[in-house]
This record gives sequence, C-alpha cells and structure tokens, in this order.
Amino acid sequence: MDPQKIKQDFPILNRKVNGKQIVYLDSAATSQKPKQVIEVISNYYKNNNANVHRGIHTLSVEATEMYEGARRKVADFVGVKDAAEIIFVRNATEALNLIAYSWGRLNISKGDEIVVTVAEHHSNFVPWQQLAIENGGILKIVPILDDGSLDEEAFLKAITKKTKLVSFFHVSNVLGTINDVGRLSQIVHRKAPNVIVVVDGAQAVPHMKVDIGKIGCDFYVFTGHKMLGPTGIGVLWGKRELLEGMPPFMFGGEMISKVEFNKSSWNELPWKFEAGTPDIAGAVGLGAAVDYLNKIGMENIRKHEIELCDYAIKKLSKIDRVTIYGPEDAKKRGGVVAFNVGNIHAHDVASILDEEGVAVRSGHHCAQPLMDYLGVKSAARASFYLYNTKEDMNRLVKGVLKVKEVFKIK
Amino acid sequence: MDMYREEILEHWQNPQNFGVIKNADLVIEQVNPLCGDEVIFYFKIKEKKVNDVKFTGSGCAISIASASILSENIRNKKISTLSKVTGEDVLKLIGGSVAPARLKCAFLALEAVRKIL
Repeated sequence: MDPQKIKQDFPILNRKVNGKQIVYLDSAATSQKPKQVIEVISNYYKNNNANVHRGIHTLSVEATEMYEGARRKVADFVGVKDAAEIIFVRNATEALNLIAYSWGRLNISKGDEIVVTVAEHHSNFVPWQQLAIENGGILKIVPILDDGSLDEEAFLKAITKKTKLVSFFHVSNVLGTINDVGRLSQIVHRKAPNVIVVVDGAQAVPHMKVDIGKIGCDFYVFTGHKMLGPTGIGVLWGKRELLEGMPPFMFGGEMISKVEFNKSSWNELPWKFEAGTPDIAGAVGLGAAVDYLNKIGMENIRKHEIELCDYAIKKLSKIDRVTIYGPEDAKKRGGVVAFNVGNIHAHDVASILDEEGVAVRSGHHCAQPLMDYLGVKSAARASFYLYNTKEDMNRLVKGVLKVKEVFKIK
Repeated sequence: MDMYREEILEHWQNPQNFGVIKNADLVIEQVNPLCGDEVIFYFKIKEKKVNDVKFTGSGCAISIASASILSENIRNKKISTLSKVTGEDVLKLIGGSVAPARLKCAFLALEAVRKIL
C-alpha cells in the first residue's frame, strides 16, 4: 500500500492549518473520511433516501436494501455469520450503555461483581460503575504492569464466584496496549463459564483484522467514525441467545412487533434494539468505509501502522526529556503514542504542535483512572492511520523540538 | 509564538503567590472538566478587601500564568469589584493572544475568583 496515494483520497488532508500542510495525528479520536465514503453518503441522499422497513414504494425498498446491505458488510468485516447479531447504535459508548442498561439492570444484584481494567476509556468504566452503584454491585479494577500490559495474575484473581460480567479494552486508547482478547475470554470462561465477557473494540476494528466469531467473548462493541465512516453510527455485537433474552433499551417505532392497549411485543433481532428511524445514511457510509478498508486490506494497514509506530517511538525516544507511555515494542501496540515533554503540560505541547500544523490530542483522553494510575495529569497523544506517512512522523518530531525551544528546556 | 511570550513563561516557571494560606477565610476550588486542570485559591479578607491571596494547582502554562497574574492584580481590591472582572480584562492582563481552544485555560483562575461573592 502507498500511504501517499491513499492520502489523496482524503480531501481534508489537503488543507492547511496555520499556513502549514496539515499532519493529522488524531485518528484515535476520529478518523478522516475518504471521498469514496463522502460520495456514497451524498449519493444516498441524492438518489435513495427514504425511511426503512415500512414503505412499499421503490425508494423505501432501496433504502432498506442499502441499510441491511451495510449490516451484512459490517458482519462479514468482523467475522460475524449471523448479521442479526449486529445492532446499529450511535457509537461504542451507546453500545456499552445498552448492555449496562438492558443486560446489567436485569442481571446484576446486590453483591455481584463486575470486573474492568484500570486502563479503560470512561465509556467502558462509568456505565459499569454506575450500574454497580444502582444495583448494589461491586466494581473491581484490575491494574496494569509497568510495561503497559494487563496484570493477568490480578485479572485471574479478580474473577470469583460472584463475578457476573467482565469488560476490557481490545486496544488501549492511551497506551496502545493490545490485549489478547481471545485468551482473556478463555481465561474468564474457563474459570467461570457463565460470566459475560464484553470487549471494547473501538480502537481495534479500525486498525487490525478482528474476527469476533473466534474471540469467544459475549459482547463486542466498536464505532464507525474511527474507521473512516461517518459519526453517529456504531455497532453492538452480542450472542443471539443473550440478545434475545434482553429487554429492549428504548421503545418506539421499528422495534415493535405488536402494540395493544395494555401490552406490546417486540420485533425480532436486530430491530428490537433499533427503536426509531435509524441512522440510515450513517450505516450506508459505514458500509462504504468497510469497502474501502477491504480494498486496502487490514493486514496491510496493521503492517503500515507498526512501521510508523516503530519509527515514531524510535525518533521521539531519542529526544531528551520526552517520556513515552505504553509498550516499547511496536508490534505489541496499536498506532497510538502518548507522551509528555519534560514538565510541560500536554495542552501547551498540543498548542505549539497545532501552530506547526500538527494535530494531536492532549489531556486525560477520557481515561482519568489510568492517568491517576500513571501519576500524570495529562499527556499528548499522536495516533496514526493508513493515510499517515513517515514524513508526518518527521513533522511531529520537528514540532516536539519546537516545543522544547519555545519553553526553553534542554 | 504569541501565546507563549516571555512574560507568560516567566509566570509559569515562577508563579507569584503560589502556595497555601493556612488560616484562610475563604478557599475556592475550580476544575476545568475538559482537562482536569485545577486551581485552589486561598483568600484572607479584611474590611471587605482582599488582604492576602495565594493559589495552588496544576495546569498548563496558560492557566498557571493567568492565575499568577490575576493573583497579583486582586490584592487589596474590594471584594465587590471582583465579580466585575471579565474575561477580556484577564486577556488584557496576560497580554497577547490566546487561541480559542485555550480560553478555558486562561479563564480558569477567573472563574475561581468570581466565586468569591
């Protein structure tokens, strides 16, 4: 794959920021969109827009086919055979909340334990914390080791007879750590077969081949906008028998089978969980994103990101007073490099980088428990994707040197 | 660049009135939820005036420098006038331009000080 050529598919990467050609290193927050995705969404509105699942007229039939076609594409992309197990939601956050509200409120009672890791994004932390508070459950938090990897010994110990649900990230949005989610699911189920395993795949699905069918987890969530798709569309995957046993999270149109004066019955999967008019254009756009990623090949993208990550880590670690967080080995991490420069606050680092046309995220990255654990208030984070080049990494390094120059630190 | 003028960096490195007043009359904490930065202002109040002021906290150069500069400027000021200090006043005090995304940082101390009433 040729990232230079790929870059040309992304109109936004042509623009200048502060007079300089933009270097976009914030794909872990949201990815940019190729013209192929933008055009599919635009064409959908120009040619096929109608509400789905209820019309007899041609446009409605077309829109329904496109919407359900996108579901099939997404299912194939992540190795799911039964497309009805793919529920379209707004984003990974909504998917996790759906599990917490629907499955959680029904199944967690006083004294039950929920296990998460200290490195979770707030969206895979707060829903469980609040569920525990509401239902009298106990939230257990597994630490990480100094190299950024999960403390598996503590993880195993945390799972007891009282454990009902375990939720962990696939790729950390701060450290970049890749969890062996297949093995972790196996560890949990071997010790406690009935425990529900949830995997937060928001930072994994955009960057590597994920085969949900082979992981052995019970729920897997991810979002469209981090994988070249539009904002507003995300995915909850769950095992059919689990989803069928769960009450709907929202009520309204689309999710209904029959409504009487005093009772209602629910539609089949996946529509039971898709109340109201869904984000049809979003799903269609996500389908186009999947087509684009398939054309490039996920193995190629992963290989490219390892190269970039390795290059960036080597270059940045040569600069005095730069601290890099997470695993040293680029093969053990996603395309995310969080760092600090001396005692300079990450916002100041990001401001100066922005002045140089380099976009990075700064702050606590919605992972305050992890930041507390690392003992830092904030960090800057450069994250990469298929459209980034080594030249982009050089611009990042140059920007970091500029930060040191402005702040007069050696 | 303009935002990081010499004076700002000077205040960042050596913030004025940095510390705690042990028997303070008033302690105000202010957090920027976007980044988790926080300042804590300590006031000694005498005859409805700021007799002494100190602050602690952790934050970026912009928030620390603006807290430092603001603390210098409110000493001996009447409490009643503090609520009238505006964001524009703070920007004037710290001089130079602050990028839109960083205004929250520049105003963190102001938000604390305005809570004095």
